This record gives sequence, C-alpha cells and structure tokens, in this order.
Amino acid sequence: MTTTAPTGTRELSYLRAINEAIMLEMERDSSVFVAGIDLAARGDVFGTTAGILPKFGPERIIDTPISENAIAGLAIGAASRGLRPVVSLMFMDFIGVCFDQIMNQMAKMKYMFGGKVTLPLTVLVNAGAGSSMAAQHSQSLEALLCHIPGLKVVMPSSADDAKGLMTAAMRDNNPVFVVLHKRCARLTTLVPEGEYIVPLGKARVVREGRDATVIATAYMVHEAMRAAERLAERGIEIEVVDPRTLSPLDTDTLVASVQKTHRVLTVHEAVEFGGFGGEITAQIAAKAFDYLDAPPMRLGAPFSPVPYSPVLEREWLINADKIHDAVVSLVEG
Amino acid sequence: MVDQAEQLDSEQLLYMYRKMVTIREFEEAAGRLAEQARIPGAVHLYAGEEAVAVGVCAALDPTDAITSTHRGHGHCIAKGGDVKLMFAELLGKATGYNHGKGGSMHIADVDIGILGANGIVGGGPPIAIGAAFAAKYQKNGGVAVCFSGDGSTNEGTWHEAMNMAALMKLPAIFIVENNHWGEYTRQEAQGAIPQLSLRAASYGMPGITVDGQDVVAVNAAAREAIDRARRGEGPSLIECDTYRFYNHTGMSEGDARPREEREHWRARDPLTILRGVLEQRAILSGTGADRVVDDVRKEIEEAVRFAEASPEPDPADLLTDVYTV
Ligand SMILES: Cc1ncc(C[n+]2csc(CCOP(=O)(O)OP(=O)(O)O)c2C)c(N)n1
Repeated sequence: MTTTAPTGTRELSYLRAINEAIMLEMERDSSVFVAGIDLAARGDVFGTTAGILPKFGPERIIDTPISENAIAGLAIGAASRGLRPVVSLMFMDFIGVCFDQIMNQMAKMKYMFGGKVTLPLTVLVNAGAGSSMAAQHSQSLEALLCHIPGLKVVMPSSADDAKGLMTAAMRDNNPVFVVLHKRCARLTTLVPEGEYIVPLGKARVVREGRDATVIATAYMVHEAMRAAERLAERGIEIEVVDPRTLSPLDTDTLVASVQKTHRVLTVHEAVEFGGFGGEITAQIAAKAFDYLDAPPMRLGAPFSPVPYSPVLEREWLINADKIHDAVVSLVEG
Repeated sequence: MVDQAEQLDSEQLLYMYRKMVTIREFEEAAGRLAEQARIPGAVHLYAGEEAVAVGVCAALDPTDAITSTHRGHGHCIAKGGDVKLMFAELLGKATGYNHGKGGSMHIADVDIGILGANGIVGGGPPIAIGAAFAAKYQKNGGVAVCFSGDGSTNEGTWHEAMNMAALMKLPAIFIVENNHWGEYTRQEAQGAIPQLSLRAASYGMPGITVDGQDVVAVNAAAREAIDRARRGEGPSLIECDTYRFYNHTGMSEGDARPREEREHWRARDPLTILRGVLEQRAILSGTGADRVVDDVRKEIEEAVRFAEASPEPDPADLLTDVYTV
C-alpha cells in the first residue's frame, strides 16, 4: 500500500523537524542566533543543528566552550539587548550546572525589573532514559522547570509538534524550554512544509476514547498509544491526551476529556513523586471532581536515580505494559 | 629526562609499565565489547593517555583520594582498581563496582580513594577540594588529586575549586589532561589561552606543563606537587600534554581530528616511550616487555570472562542505596 502525503507535507523525523524550524526562523529573522557545545561544526551531538553552519555561517551559529553558565547567560544578556537566541544545553541533566542563570536570572528578570525587559530566548535540552546512559545523562526534569514562574516549558512527542512548537517557542517573547526526548528523535510523521506553528499552551487529543483519559508526555505518548491498542482488544477505549506545553498548561482540554471519560491516569517518564502528574491530577481534582468515577491515578518512575544496567533501567522505565495494567485497574477496579 | 628516570628504581618503572599496559589492554577490550554492543551506554576510552594517570597515581598512597572524569577507566586502574569489578560494572552486572547502577561514567572504589568517574564535565574539581579539606582537617597527611580534561577547565566549577584550594592552602593537585580536543571541538577553539598551566598563576599556585606521553616526566612533576601538598604548602596545577588515540566515545565512530595529527600522536605512544627507557636501562628486554603484554592480556580476558559469567542485578534492588538506612 502506498499513500501519498497531503500536499505541503512530507515525512520527517522529530530531529529534522526541529532543525527545519530553526533554519526557517533564522532565514526569517536575522536577530536569531544559535549557540552551544558542538552545535556548529558537528551539528550537535544529537543532530538538531546539522547543516546550519554551512548555510548561515559562524556569526549565526557558535560553538561555545563547555561553560553552561556562560551559555545560559549569553542567551539572557543577548536577549535583553534585542537578539533572539537559541541555545542548547545538550543533556537536560546539565541544567544543574547553570541553574542559577535559569532560575534566578532568566526566569525572574522581567518581573523583578517591573516588566522592563523582554527575554525572547529558547533553550533546547534533551531528556530521557532508555540507553544505559545512567544517572547523569537520562533524567526528565521538566517538573523542576515548571515550578518556576517566568519560564515556559514545552515537550513535543511527535515530529509535527516538534516543528510547530519549536517555531512558536522561537517567536515567543519569553524564555521557553523545548524539552526534546531522545527516544522520539528518529520517529517520523507528516510535517507541514514552510511556516508551521503549534501555539504554546494547547494540548492535543492524540486518540479519542470513552473509558478513561490517559494524559501522557513526550515518549510516554507512544507507550500510551501502544497500550491503547491492547486495551481496545479488551474492550477498553482510552483517550490519549498530550499536553504538549506543560507551562502554561491547557487545563481546559484536559478537564474536558475527563468530563467525558470520568477516569484519568497521568503518565510521565520522570519519577512519580513530586512529578508533573501531581499538578495535573490536582487541577483535575479541583475542576472536574464531580465527574470522576474513580480516584485519579498517576504513573511515573520509581523514586531512584536512573540506573545504568539495562535490567534495572527496564525495571525503572514506564512502558506500555505498565500503562495497560494501570488502566485496567482504573477502569475495572 | 634521563635524570628523572634515574630517580626511579627498576621496580617502580616496571610497576608503571605494567599499569600502563593494563590500561591499554583494558581499553582495547572495552572498546571491542562496546562495538559489539556487549557494553551498553557510552564508553570514553583512555588509550593514549596512560602515562598521565599512571605517572600521577604511582606517586600517591592508597589512602590518598582522586576525582576522575567521564574518561575514567585509566584513573581507576592506575589508582589500584580491580579490572574484574570494572568489567563487571561496564557489563552492568551485580558483581560490578557499583552493582550495575553506575556504568563506565561512574565507576568508583571509595575504599581506595577513588571518588568516582563523573558524567558531568567539571563535576569533580569541587569534590576534590572537599577531599583535600578533609585530609587537612584530619591531619592525616593525605592529598587529593583532581583529574580534568582541557575542556573542563572552561567550567566555572574548575575555577572556583582552584581559587578556594589556593586560598585555603589545601593539599590538592589539579591534573589537566590536555588532549587538545573536547568532544569534536579543538581546545584552541574553546579558550584563548592554549597553555592551560598559565591559569595557575591567576589563583596563586604553581603551574607547569609536562610531556604527558612520558610517564617519567609526569611522575617527577606529580611527586614534586604531592610533596609540596603534604608539606602544607598548598595546591599545584600540572598540565599534561597528551592525546586520546580513539574518538570521543567508542572506537570507530567518525573522528573529527585530522589524520596527520592522529598519526603524529600515535608515533608518541606512551607505552613505546617507556619501553625505550626500560630497554635503555636494561631493565626489560623486548621479549620481556612482550611477556608483560601477554600476561596482562590473560588477566584482561579472565576479567571479561568473570564479568560475563556474573549475574545480572536483581530488579528488586532498584530502590536500594538511594538513601543510607
Ligand atoms: C556539564 C557537561 N557539559 C557537557 C558535557 C558533554 N561532554 C561530555 S565529554 C565532553 C568533552 C570534555 O572534554 P575534556 O574535558 O577536554 O575531556 P576529554 O573528553 O577530552 O577527555 C563534553 C562536552 C558533559 N558531560 N557535562
């Protein structure tokens, strides 16, 4: 069976989609520049910036020293003077190295200065476990960022959203973290050519269903979709909702789904305790309590750092089986 | 150089040769296992830089501390790490140094002062000064050595640690392994000062650059810095001019470095250089040196067999050791 892509779209990977969004914005706006470790000549160790150096030259894409504080500060200072920086901090774990610049400077300057500064900057980070990169190269730390007023946080799960959200992030006049998931990198979807924007703060209903709502982020959306197939065989139809932007959160779409299905499970790869699923659950409890037929459930990793051994890492990771079992107990009690 | 070698007796030189061969053979085996996906995750090979770890650690006591880097196998072996437990860790086995929870980037043997390899560039220096502080506080005559790559000297943590160590006259030795590249970017493209030992002056500590392929030179510089630290005179920086023989990670991934440069450094193999000294001083003949290599290979093969035969961790242990109970 061959299908042809609708006009104006083509199959593209999540990574290529990010790459395309950056390039289109660089073409459109000369105040956009890109900086980080091994981004220019190497095109990023993850591949997000391949091909930018030959096209835009070393003034617009800069290989920096291994200095995350200075990289984050470079973005803040340059943004305060009218540029639109895109910086990469490589592995999400490395936000720890420059957390003052993120938490006390980037996030707070506008408010502290009485609104007198605008920081239109985008920070790329790569999150996620699953390849035995161990405790310092595998974390999903989005909840840390979401807890800080002044930052926006997006977490795409698909290639089309990656392009649309990246573009929206770069056009936004605030610091936006684009949290990429390593296991999504090579997944493809049809992606619109040319300008394509997915507005920040809008969730996506990835699959419609009637029996329970599964709110999943990043790679967990794909695990939830796998679980959905097996659940359907059992007669359980789940609705899968991807918030896409965690801060600001599209509570309305999440609540509307739960009002329809009367049951909710949140799923993220990050550790469950203190995780973002707790916030979603609280929002739903506050806004859709009367619609719930069962206590909201959460699924996240056990409360440990990410282990190295494949055996232990498999145990640590949430997957379709665990989602399947959680939904069964949610629906069938 | 010959003078420095003469300060070492044949036993010391043979010890260093065997350690360097062990690191080389360990890395060759680890690289092959990684290529065959029998080691998961990332391995950063130390081959080519053996003289640095061995030259420094041969001057330490077992009770002294070190902090290491993502490229840490060499430091671990040089400080007395057990290759069986190291391979078991690389294979993620329950018998490994970290019970399979750490892997290549986190191998640690705290009992012999190895405060761990580190996945965070610049993660080690502040910890090293803490260890140096403890030695001073406990008045036990110990020192702490901080191994860092050239790239890591651009992290703020490195500078903060240097300053505090000098201010507090801590018994710390900062070893900068200048292998001229950080990942895929040249050192010269990461800092405006090519000679990294110059940075010592700005913190008020001595700094020198030595030939990092010559274990005798590294060892002489390390002994001087360590003696100074033990006398309570404070920290030093030693920059070792060196090179990694393989790419940033693994063995066969595309290498950004020019072929001539790689060949130039291959011709300055630290093992060959030490072999020359051993032969010149009639400590070891060519066949004698080959016998050491054969011996070490057997030890490495046995260690890999031990690792492969070892059990996987029990999934029930996932949550142990998050806290001390
Ligand atoms: C804080 C932090 N930033 C970036 C990285 C990614 N990274 C791993 S190794 C490396 C290069 C380190 O270069 P250098 O310190 O010279 O050590 P070498 O690899 O050359 O031994 C980089 C950038 C990291 N692990 N940690």
